Amino acid sequence: MSELASGSSAQRTPPGAHLPEHPDFLWRTPEPRRTYDVVIVGGGGHGLATAHYLAKNHGITNVAVLEKGWLAGGNMARNTTIIRSNYLWDESAAIYEHALKLWEGLEDDLGYPILFSQRGVLNLAHSEQDVRDSVRRVEANRLNGVDAEWLGPDEVAKLCPIVNVSADIRYPVQGATYQPRAGIAKHDYVAWGFARRADAAGIDLIQDCEVTGFTTDGDRVTGVRTTRGDIACGRVALCAAGHTSVLLDMLGVAAPLQSHPLQALVSELLEPVHPTVVMSNAVHVYVSQAHKGELVMGAGVDSYNGYGQRGAFHVIERQMAAAVELFPVFARAHLLRTWGGIVDVTPDASPIVGRTPYENVYLNCGWGTGGFKATPGIGWCMADTIAHDEPHPHVAPFSLDRFTTGALVDEHGAAAVAH
Amino acid sequence: MRVDGYGRIDRSRTLGFTFDGRSYTGHPGDTLASALLANGVHRIGSSVTLGRPRGISAAWSEDATGLVQVEEPFPEPMLLATTVELVDGLVARGLGGQGRLAEVADTARYDRMHHHVDTLVVGAGPAGLLAARAAARRGERVALLDDRPEPGGSLTGTERIDGRPSREFVADVVAELATHPEVAHLQRTTAFGRYDDGFVLALQHRTDHLGADAPRTLSRQRVHRIRAGRTVIATGAHERPIVFADNDRPGILLAASARDLLHRYGVLAGREVVVFTGDDAAYAAAVDLADAGAAVTVVEARPQAPAHWAGAAADRGIPVLTGSLVAGTEGAPGDGRVSAAVVTGADGARTVLGCDLLAVSGGWNPTAHLFSHVRGTLAYDPALGAFRPGEDLDGVAVVGAANGTLDLAGCLREGASGERPPSADGEPERTPGAIVWRVEGPHDRQFVDVQRDATVADIARAVGAGMRSAEHVKRYTTIGTAHDQGKTSGVLASAITAELLGVPIEDLGTTTFRPPYTPVAFAALAGRERGQLFDPVRTTALHAWHVGAGAVFEDVGQWKRPRYYPRPGEDMEAAVLRECAAVRDGVGILDGSTLGKIDVQGRDAAVLLDRVYTNMMSNLAVGRVRYGVMCGPDGMVIDDGTVLRLAEDRFTVITTTGGAAKILDWLEEWVQTEWPDLRVHLASVTEQWAVFPVVGPRSRHVISRLFADLDVSNDAFGFMCWRDTELDGVPVRVARISFSGELAYEVNVNAWYAPAVWERLLAAGEKHGITPYGTETMHVLRAEKGYPIIGQDTDGTVTPHDLGMAWAVSKKKSDFIGKRSFSRAENTDPLRKQLVGLLPTDARTKIPEGSQVVEFCPDGALPAPPVPMLGHVTSSYRSAALGRPFALALVKGGRQRVGDVVHVPVGDALVPAEITSSVLVDPEGNRRDG
Amino acid sequence: MQLIRCPWCGPREEVEFHYGGQAHVAYPDDPAALTDEQWARYVFFRDNPKGAFAERWSHSAGCRRWFNAVRDTRTYRFLAVYKPGEARPEVAS
Repeated sequence: MSELASGSSAQRTPPGAHLPEHPDFLWRTPEPRRTYDVVIVGGGGHGLATAHYLAKNHGITNVAVLEKGWLAGGNMARNTTIIRSNYLWDESAAIYEHALKLWEGLEDDLGYPILFSQRGVLNLAHSEQDVRDSVRRVEANRLNGVDAEWLGPDEVAKLCPIVNVSADIRYPVQGATYQPRAGIAKHDYVAWGFARRADAAGIDLIQDCEVTGFTTDGDRVTGVRTTRGDIACGRVALCAAGHTSVLLDMLGVAAPLQSHPLQALVSELLEPVHPTVVMSNAVHVYVSQAHKGELVMGAGVDSYNGYGQRGAFHVIERQMAAAVELFPVFARAHLLRTWGGIVDVTPDASPIVGRTPYENVYLNCGWGTGGFKATPGIGWCMADTIAHDEPHPHVAPFSLDRFTTGALVDEHGAAAVAH
Repeated sequence: MRVDGYGRIDRSRTLGFTFDGRSYTGHPGDTLASALLANGVHRIGSSVTLGRPRGISAAWSEDATGLVQVEEPFPEPMLLATTVELVDGLVARGLGGQGRLAEVADTARYDRMHHHVDTLVVGAGPAGLLAARAAARRGERVALLDDRPEPGGSLTGTERIDGRPSREFVADVVAELATHPEVAHLQRTTAFGRYDDGFVLALQHRTDHLGADAPRTLSRQRVHRIRAGRTVIATGAHERPIVFADNDRPGILLAASARDLLHRYGVLAGREVVVFTGDDAAYAAAVDLADAGAAVTVVEARPQAPAHWAGAAADRGIPVLTGSLVAGTEGAPGDGRVSAAVVTGADGARTVLGCDLLAVSGGWNPTAHLFSHVRGTLAYDPALGAFRPGEDLDGVAVVGAANGTLDLAGCLREGASGERPPSADGEPERTPGAIVWRVEGPHDRQFVDVQRDATVADIARAVGAGMRSAEHVKRYTTIGTAHDQGKTSGVLASAITAELLGVPIEDLGTTTFRPPYTPVAFAALAGRERGQLFDPVRTTALHAWHVGAGAVFEDVGQWKRPRYYPRPGEDMEAAVLRECAAVRDGVGILDGSTLGKIDVQGRDAAVLLDRVYTNMMSNLAVGRVRYGVMCGPDGMVIDDGTVLRLAEDRFTVITTTGGAAKILDWLEEWVQTEWPDLRVHLASVTEQWAVFPVVGPRSRHVISRLFADLDVSNDAFGFMCWRDTELDGVPVRVARISFSGELAYEVNVNAWYAPAVWERLLAAGEKHGITPYGTETMHVLRAEKGYPIIGQDTDGTVTPHDLGMAWAVSKKKSDFIGKRSFSRAENTDPLRKQLVGLLPTDARTKIPEGSQVVEFCPDGALPAPPVPMLGHVTSSYRSAALGRPFALALVKGGRQRVGDVVHVPVGDALVPAEITSSVLVDPEGNRRDG
Repeated sequence: MQLIRCPWCGPREEVEFHYGGQAHVAYPDDPAALTDEQWARYVFFRDNPKGAFAERWSHSAGCRRWFNAVRDTRTYRFLAVYKPGEARPEVAS
């Protein structure tokens, strides 16, 4: 007791003292011009990253990013910031690994302290089938050049001692896949880093600007109707995540998307206790401890379609049960805040990226729970796709017509991990 | 310090507690905060970024600063000292922004209770009490919740209601409520979230305040899940601080909180008091503190003090400096407690007023959290200088201060809900307040969010950086994201941002309130769903026998299934090899009761099955059994199993264990939503029937011995037939179904008789060495025959053709679910993955399941990534029959590649393996008839 | 968490129900006659409106019967429930 009692923490360095500050200037608030070469609809992480790479990789800067609310205020502001690339299928591994490599240099690229922390991700297995699926994914990852290991329960406990690996819980931990290079980053910082670079390159980031329609000429879109006036454009990229269907309906284009609430939550600030990221699909929980010390957790996707940015509380309760089951020390951590995002989910749990029936409109949607971790990768590939009018090889497999041919990239059953 | 004649604590008894390693005493009824202040402890902790001293800034859950770690009786992080009720032996310490989790599991119990009420009233202040009483008098079922230990809300006891002291009024209402059997009145219960359709969640603290006396049987906390026809939000208001330089010191309190500490706990939080206000309510604090012995000065932002209060102040010799502002403070060395207020007078002159308590009131923020949780919009009210409920919501009433009604008479009137309201005797009329959010001064020492150390300078930086929305400023500065979630800082942040942006606050708006209102322990939300209660456990009728036989169990969905039955000294491999050999050479018995069983009845039963199975079921003869595969519309296999035709209009559909519930739902969905014209009914009979496959060349002996009436000859009882018989009057259905390739009889019996029939089978098989076997052996035996397990050898991307089951896909039927997908481009790709056998060429290595298959690497090393993959190993076992390990794998174009040798990377090695047919044992099928 | 009105059982807690996606998507009369694209539309494509949405629900932990509902996906509020086979009611969202 004496050690604890010896003091108020005044003697120690305050835990929040070392967090980096934001730059003195982030972005302008420009009036929309009447015409742009490229209009990106959606000022979230994907839209901003696309803008950044359009400028950086292709020198295309006559670009507007249109955001109906505040920049990066949708899923970018609401996710649990997990970054990993240990996906099962070659196509998924390629795009997410491309993203992870970019994450590894992003702080320098953006000149922004995005707090990217490669603390590793454990995906727990709780049944024989989980084990098979996990080994399958690890082996596929290794052959694809993605770092991955299969760990037994003892090794799990070594990496993350607070995981309950005892055999007497309802679904004992039978092992885990481990991706050492995976981790977390600070979501706002990432988005703002992209936004700042795009703005500095001369790209207009236009907030409170909701797209209300499109003007078309045959197979081309000629302009965008917005709450801030009509804007003519050469090419259009749709990066609107959960709201993509609303835009596609305006264009009369169908895509197999369903928008669902996805909730997340944080605890209060706690002394470091959780050194890595743990995800479990069977005992549904995924959790990390952010830099200031809060536990950040995600819950399951709510069952029904919803655009409300909130979900049902029984989902949170179940999440808490799973958390305490796997991490008994969390019992008296406190739920501080819950919130919800809108995830656009596809039938095969893989994104839809590429062309649309309009020859100058490019689509990027359907990332479900995987959007944040893909941010730099998809921004890069979308920019490339727009610049060359040809789907980048990493996104080519994710075309809309895979649902017609049957060439799905089914990450559901096989990967056994979402988020 | 404690003053006599004040407070509702029990000063006849003393409690000992420890804070930051020092021992103190307090009294029952104290909070940790009141006891510390009574002991002269003002510094509680330090701030998270700057390490500045932090004290108590408010008397209840809106406190932004007084965070403590409780260490005993059990560690709990980040609690507000103001809400921790004092108990004997409490050990706590102040925090510097982070709490500490216990290193051991919490053994306290947490649970839930459900309520369905006509009216839910949140808040037992004057408005809430009356609202609850009115509802009770109407005969409604009522729940009244209040987060404090005692009812009464902000009533201090000095008010008079209907001619009597306000505490007596409270006691009267509470007593009346207690006479209504349909009223649930819960104190220490915080409504923390409101959801759709009148659903409110509340957390009740049930034992912490009882200390060591708490009964072990009582749950520590309980989550009340309340479904209310009508919700009355009577949650009061939070007093609003004013931002000035160095406004973060210990000893700077909200004025009403200083008054609350006096009346509730008998604690005078300072002797030399400066009250800084632009609002009438703070005068009550000034007067009461002066009456309790403090020397008080009022700094009034308005040019004139309200007449009533000016008189009351004058009567007590309280100086009132009108038109004046507190612009800054000075602090004492050591604990940093405020030592002086720097006042700017109406004439601009600067005065330094020594003080040890600076009581501040910038007006009131309605506590509208619950209102806005379900997107109730808040509107800016310029008279309040704050946001309040801005629309009418169905089923929701907001009354009293939560609605922006700040006078007691108004609260009583709104609470009375149409009944005659009690009178608020002698209450002075409120006069308009001055809306003061911030006093000009050095931005970097003006704290907006004292817990996050976020200042006006931070907001200015955010604005300078281009931030234009309240949400961006919040994120840039972190204001409002701390433990208190901006209860007192939110409006200030909006106001100051608006000021710096030069826009009206109503245009900027405020950030969103989200549940929970106050933090809730994870364990409380988990409730009882932990450990073995995390998910239901399903066991078969024979579970006790399996346990007694020493079975090692496997979780299959919610089921516990015996995986193998080790004998002394056996590991799994040895046990499974023994069990496999016993089945192939003699006879084994399995508890297959977990298989899903669906009773399909009705005139159109056969029509339904023809539509959902890939093969034909309608031409199955009564008395016969047929294997079938089901696909989704996408043509991918979702389940398989056998179908028994019991009658023209009746079938038993057997599903996989994992697919039982899913397939029943699947069939119901089609029948109800797509084909309501079909006359067919479905019922699960999984639990009703126990199933014991008796398997092996000697199985016929066992069956014929036990069921003497049954002609078990191949001619009379052929493969894929079923027959009914009985055993001592118990009906038994026997089916010749084989999931091993061996002669096999599946014995089906009412689960009630399962243990007896099982024992009789064992007895009948004893001389044949009948061997119980588990799921692992079952898996090996079926794999040796190339029978897939749906969900193990398939993953939602596999068609019947991929499994080599084109024979089970009808070409005659014009349609069935999934058929159309088989003709898509992707389905005709010759490089689709197909189920094949895989034999490690060394005949020794058991390849781990999940391993990937790659082309043979002639130089013995993998090429650089990415290495193209051919497929993966879905099943892998040691085979007693083959005397070597083998595997099943899904391999691209696999059936065309039989005989090819491929590589399987295992660890750092490359294991060569030959692609074979998926059927490795008895490919001619000679064994199934015995 | 919503209170959902099962047409047969009355209002019950949301956890008793299973969501079934868009309503009124009929199984094609003759799948074999469809192009791959038309078939893909049936199998994979569903509307995803922001606003009133006619969708299927099953009272899976109750009477186990399916029904249809019009629900506003912005507010999540149920605007109407109706039995299978009935036409979608006109409701203001």
